[in-house]
Amino acid sequence: MSLTQEEIFEKVKKVIVEGLGVSEDLVKMESSYTDDLGADSLDTVELVMALEEEFGTEIADEDAEKLTTVTKTVEFILSKN
Amino acid sequence: MSTKRVVITGMGTLNPSGNSVEEFWTSLKSGKSNISLIDEFDVSRYSTRFAGLIKNYDFEQILDKKECRRLSKFILFGYAATVEAIKQSGLNIEEHAEDIGVEIGSGIGGIDVLEKMTIALHERGPSKVSPFTVPMMIIDMISGFISIKTGAKGPNASSVSACASGCHAMGNAFQMIKNGKAKAMITGGSESAITPIGLASFCAAKSLSQDNDNYQTASKPFDLNRTGFVMGEGAGILVFEELEFAQKRGATILAEVTGFGSSGDAYHITAPAPEGEGGARAMKIALEDASIEPRNIDYINAHGTSTKMNDMNETAAIKSTFKDHAHDVAISSTKSITGHLLGAAAAIEAIASILMIQNNIIIPTINYNTPDPDCDLNYTPNKTVEKEINTIMSNSFGFGGHNAVIIIKQYA
Repeated sequence: MSLTQEEIFEKVKKVIVEGLGVSEDLVKMESSYTDDLGADSLDTVELVMALEEEFGTEIADEDAEKLTTVTKTVEFILSKN
Repeated sequence: MSTKRVVITGMGTLNPSGNSVEEFWTSLKSGKSNISLIDEFDVSRYSTRFAGLIKNYDFEQILDKKECRRLSKFILFGYAATVEAIKQSGLNIEEHAEDIGVEIGSGIGGIDVLEKMTIALHERGPSKVSPFTVPMMIIDMISGFISIKTGAKGPNASSVSACASGCHAMGNAFQMIKNGKAKAMITGGSESAITPIGLASFCAAKSLSQDNDNYQTASKPFDLNRTGFVMGEGAGILVFEELEFAQKRGATILAEVTGFGSSGDAYHITAPAPEGEGGARAMKIALEDASIEPRNIDYINAHGTSTKMNDMNETAAIKSTFKDHAHDVAISSTKSITGHLLGAAAAIEAIASILMIQNNIIIPTINYNTPDPDCDLNYTPNKTVEKEINTIMSNSFGFGGHNAVIIIKQYA
């Protein structure tokens, strides 16, 4: 059963809140990990690993590099869904 | 260049005998063992199933959830002790940032993290290894992390010399201030090696007591029937300061560090040199550094691990160093109560010794029942002794033949 965009966003948000220790209301579709959510390069690697766990999927390094915002992440997962 | 006097203005600890200096002292005075059965992982196939463990401490009191998740245990322990030590010292780090350094030791560092990540690598592949593995694992990150949290921008490094790590860290911090390279140093040691691989490794080396049925009396330094050491975990942190700097800011001075000595055995990877030759040299160097004679030492906090080899050779080393005074000086091993905290041992033992100086009470070697002809000095068996203590010596010896000795006295 495939997930809707809204369902994916909620799951991604949960992973971000837990991984980056930011409050839920800060995480918006347009948020950038580094500019808006204070993530550094190690944080983003860990975030991608947590997303792989959450969605039971593998994200290749060249794809992971492009996932700089919540929107891009949700769209990527939707495309693999 | 004239050298500076170095004093101690803050202490903090998290160890099997207490989650603060106050709890630690209460526990030491009660003279009861703080060793318990390991319940954090399945130990049913281990030859040793007990240790001195940290219990009931909530790290989220001092760090946020994300930080706790991204730190290995030895850094959490060390940071908790640092918070307590800095609070007692009243040191304003921001105001003197570049003059305040950090030098903390650990024997093994983040072995808990290395172990978990090795399992992840083996079972699920390299993509499952956390990007925080290296920063969580490396020993020097304890000093790095504490500088990040406190803002201390002075000299920053870690000392590694197995079970002497904490003493080398304090010795280096002492020399740094003595030689005018820093005004204050956050120093001490931290260790969290009670993990499946840590325990299995020490079991394999036959270093540990296997007296699982009598685990609370298994750590029995200098007793004829001693069978090995008992692992412990935790941290001890002290704030060392240049005397004038501490006086100027009106700090309460707890004690003074007056000497440090270190040496290498050049003998064997784990066994001490015969007659404790290297340890004896470190004691002599420390006495010379403090410009005192053996008879000026009122108490020795022994390395006293409860292994056959250490206790026998340390006794020989005390005899060759102290000569006539060897039989008079009060000695004890607080490891009989706390277990052996490896790289953190020297730091919690310095704290214990300072508390003894402040209270004029000697904490005994507990579990001492049967004298060993090779260990025939005054180990202060089983009962606390009230005695004026002005100057103490604390010994630490590590695998690899590292010997470190620190001398601390009442501030006057």
